[in-house]
Amino acid sequence: MIAATRVTKTYGRFRAVDGASFELSPGESLALWGSNGAGKTTLIRCVLGITRFRGSVTINGVDVSRRGKIARSMIGYVPQELAFHDDARVGPSLMFFAGLRRVSSRAASRSLESVGLAGNERKRLRDLSGGMKQRLALAVALLSDPPVIVLDEPTSNLDASGRSEVADSLRAQRALGKTMIFASHRPDEVRALASRVLVMERGRVARDTTPEELWGSGGDPSVMRIMVEGAGEQVAAEILRRAGHKVSLNGHGLCVTVEEHRKAAPIESLFRADVRVRDIEFLERTDHSGAGS
Amino acid sequence: MSMLSSVSIKTNRRSYSGFGASVAALARREFRDALSSRWFILFTIAFAVLTIGVSFVSLSGVGSHGFSGFSKTSAGLLNLIMLIVPLMALIAGAGTIAGERERGTLVYLLSQPVSRTEVVLGKYVGLACALCCSLCLGFAVSAAVIAWRAGGVGVAAFSLLIATTCALALAMLAVGLLLSIISRRANVAVGLGLFVWLVAVFASDLGLMAGTVLFRLRVQDVFALAIVNPLQAFKMAVIVGMNASLDVLGPVGAYATQSFGSALPWMLWSVIVLWTVIPLSLGVVLFARKGSI
Repeated sequence: MIAATRVTKTYGRFRAVDGASFELSPGESLALWGSNGAGKTTLIRCVLGITRFRGSVTINGVDVSRRGKIARSMIGYVPQELAFHDDARVGPSLMFFAGLRRVSSRAASRSLESVGLAGNERKRLRDLSGGMKQRLALAVALLSDPPVIVLDEPTSNLDASGRSEVADSLRAQRALGKTMIFASHRPDEVRALASRVLVMERGRVARDTTPEELWGSGGDPSVMRIMVEGAGEQVAAEILRRAGHKVSLNGHGLCVTVEEHRKAAPIESLFRADVRVRDIEFLERTDHSGAGS
Repeated sequence: MSMLSSVSIKTNRRSYSGFGASVAALARREFRDALSSRWFILFTIAFAVLTIGVSFVSLSGVGSHGFSGFSKTSAGLLNLIMLIVPLMALIAGAGTIAGERERGTLVYLLSQPVSRTEVVLGKYVGLACALCCSLCLGFAVSAAVIAWRAGGVGVAAFSLLIATTCALALAMLAVGLLLSIISRRANVAVGLGLFVWLVAVFASDLGLMAGTVLFRLRVQDVFALAIVNPLQAFKMAVIVGMNASLDVLGPVGAYATQSFGSALPWMLWSVIVLWTVIPLSLGVVLFARKGSI
């Protein structure tokens, strides 16, 4: 369904994506995981064919660089935050995108209904909550019923209820067999939606793994996000790894898998190494929707 | 992927070839956005008010009737058009792509099944329609004033004035759009647009005068240099179109009339058309070849 081969994107001397390759079968769901600047968003833009790059990406055999328009007709894209004129109303905005995707107004209504936004056509975008905006973005993405959905941190700007709303909609799409690629910094989201995880570090694919391998089986352990003082995340991650913890960096702190009765262990390890912890957050379990507690 | 999805993909491949439909959808949105934007309403009102003012002042003398009344008014309108219309068109064009890029809406737009060429052309067509509507409104008001005060309007000459003004607006819009494509920020694009306007309106006249004195330019050289400026070409095209002699422009005008005769209007119109086609084509090529957003 999707094949990326040695995708490389440079900005001057900086390699935002460096030889990333992966393949995705129909119905699979791939999470892009990594810290800020790891190349997740750039890789997504390469997959969409909206930026020039070396290497190749094909969607169902269609090269996104050469036949971007046709390739994008098979993709529904959900950005981090719906980027559209705030003064615009929901109905006309959706119809504009329906025009671009050559779908009828009936299909547009169905799409709006599928994300639970029916009846909001007259509302202005600025009057929608964050969750509603993202669901509208999902409605736009689903307009032509594309086989692939690409999402760039779709819940990162949302509160707990917004995250829950969007996660429910995405789970429904996953159940329908859509192929998904999404960037996320929430382990709970990745565990709930992804069948595979591409761990990215400095533009490279560091690991092609599963959520279970990355954070455990999803049984007893849960994931704790630790924010440390200053820019010592790499150091802190190394300390925790040496102490035997499963750690990943995602640009929003350290995600550490902790066992049910030893939740203080990583904090203790950091305390001993004189690393000051600024804040912690327990991310909700993968088999539950919603926010961190 | 299921058979149903495969069918859907094949259908998509067929239906997404519609170049014109995408341009039309983008143009419609641009047209609506322009008409509802504050600067556009402001420019339209300013143009309408100034045309009324110029019409009143031009006709305030005695004995202006019918076409002669219109001729006096059009002479006044000519100067107003040369000041206002390029400014309006340059700013409209300059703000469009760069503005979308800055707001983050361009990425979202490009992630849809549209090509970059369609985006540029759609925006151009939409803005061009909006500009022409705005100008026609101003001219309609002016025509009403002339008809009321002078007892009639030379329809053919007035139509020619409107057509030439719209052509000038389209040329300046193309230049503005090109500036928008090459600028990363909207304020830079608008700044460049103002600079181009300043050069076209003021500096070229003064520069031509200074060049003539300093380098003792021959009359044919002065004419050649003058018509390179779309505003000068516009001015001459309007004067020639009203069956007036270019002698009013001095020796250069007399030279043009004698040397080119009936080919002169075509020549002047060609200059305006080239000022539309070249920047627009360049804009399409540059935007399509751009490596990033």
